[in-house]
Amino acid sequence: MNLYDIVFYFFAFVTLASAGVVVFSRNIIYSAFALLFTFFGVAGIYVLLNADFIAVSQILIYVGGILVLMLFGVMLTNKVIDVEMKTGTLQTLPASVLVALIAGALCGIFYVTDWKIVRGVSAPATTTNSLGEMFMTTYSLPFEVASIVLLVALLGAAMIARKDRLPQIKNQK
Amino acid sequence: MEQFLRNIIDNNFFIYGVMAVVPLLWIVPYALFAVWLERKVSAHMQDRLGPMRVGGWHGWAQTIADILKLIQKEDIVPTAADRKLHFLSPWIVFIGSYAAFAAIPFSSAFIGSNINIGLFYVIAVSSLVVVGILMAGWSSNNKWSLFGAMRSAAQIVSYEIPTALALLAVVMIAGTLNLQEINQQQNGWFWQWYLFRKFPFIFVAFVIYFVASLAETNRTPFDIPEAESELVAGYHTEYSGMKFALFFLAEYANMFAVSAIGSTLFLGGWNSPFGDFLGGPFWGVFWFLSKGMLFVFVQMWLRWTLPRLRVDQLMYVSWKVLTPWAFACILGVGFWMMF
Repeated sequence: MNLYDIVFYFFAFVTLASAGVVVFSRNIIYSAFALLFTFFGVAGIYVLLNADFIAVSQILIYVGGILVLMLFGVMLTNKVIDVEMKTGTLQTLPASVLVALIAGALCGIFYVTDWKIVRGVSAPATTTNSLGEMFMTTYSLPFEVASIVLLVALLGAAMIARKDRLPQIKNQK
Repeated sequence: MEQFLRNIIDNNFFIYGVMAVVPLLWIVPYALFAVWLERKVSAHMQDRLGPMRVGGWHGWAQTIADILKLIQKEDIVPTAADRKLHFLSPWIVFIGSYAAFAAIPFSSAFIGSNINIGLFYVIAVSSLVVVGILMAGWSSNNKWSLFGAMRSAAQIVSYEIPTALALLAVVMIAGTLNLQEINQQQNGWFWQWYLFRKFPFIFVAFVIYFVASLAETNRTPFDIPEAESELVAGYHTEYSGMKFALFFLAEYANMFAVSAIGSTLFLGGWNSPFGDFLGGPFWGVFWFLSKGMLFVFVQMWLRWTLPRLRVDQLMYVSWKVLTPWAFACILGVGFWMMF
């Protein structure tokens, strides 16, 4: 067992164990914090696959952005207003049947698909340069469209946040 | 450094273990020194003497005595606190600030991990600190802690944007995210530093970066997360003993990390300011650490000079002043490079 294998199993264990906490914890704040370790484990596996840029983006976007936003949401709603959030289980039997079906389908696809494996090709040292070039050439339209979607979302969020300010100004007049 | 270690014992576990511990050998003595320096700087700015007794000469052993006291202190956890998260959060905050040191080049011969996306990694991994701070604030079950954590998280998340944009202006010229390569490009006399290239633009980007980095480390004038007069001590109000010491260590490590990034990108990092004079890997460590310490000193200087900003002023500075100016820098550098 070399270093690579040990690191892989470590990250795989961290990902699965923390994902288990996310799903099974009765306390919603534990679920939110356990997600931190899940994201880190996945980022570690990306690094092992030589996808350095995606690994760091994963940390920047999911840990630095989405997780912080979720924590804000959970903290502002849970316990602060003394309302216990319900995280119990409902409809256990249909849910487990459905989950088993989906898991079976995924495993089936995984085994049936003819994965194209290229052997003897060394992975590029960095993916950042080629990613940047592709964004500016081949995939420039999807890239710009995604930017515009994000910009519109930003404007929308700002509009919603300002909503209650407008009637006050009218009343003052 | 890696090659040198490989010559002694050719074992990956040993080499990576040693490489991971080296920055800690700097951070711990640095933190002890910086806490003492902070107290001396603040004292002299207020026409006092500060600690003078412990150890003889100007109280140099004061912080060593303090840390020994902190180690012996009882570890108090509030009854209503969430014990698991209360225990975990100082570690997460410290891991977040220490992980950044993995990609910072201390000298031409030593960098923890010479990865191609070093700068991007440093920016990303410091977001772990935000999660740790939120965890500390929430688990303490104290309104001051929660307020402090909320303010801190909002502040760090907002100021990450001007920081990243200001650094992007340098990355555009450098054409790489590898911090070791960015250092090598600034080799030579001090006018080769990025600070003085494309003249006003990178200089303005540097000022933006420095202001935003103050906010990212919760230093005055952006220290509303732990504003003593309103919030007792912010997110670490309910921490005592070694857990409090870990928060403190993380704060000082973070101060040095942002200073190190600033000196690497703008001031040539381990390069000597005078060409080959006092160059080389060993003097490189000296230049790198002195540039970093200069920034740390300026941070202390500002802390004891400027008053604290209000929350709305804080957001105003980030979104309406620093971010547009950072975009202007990027555009300026871009046009300069095109024509």
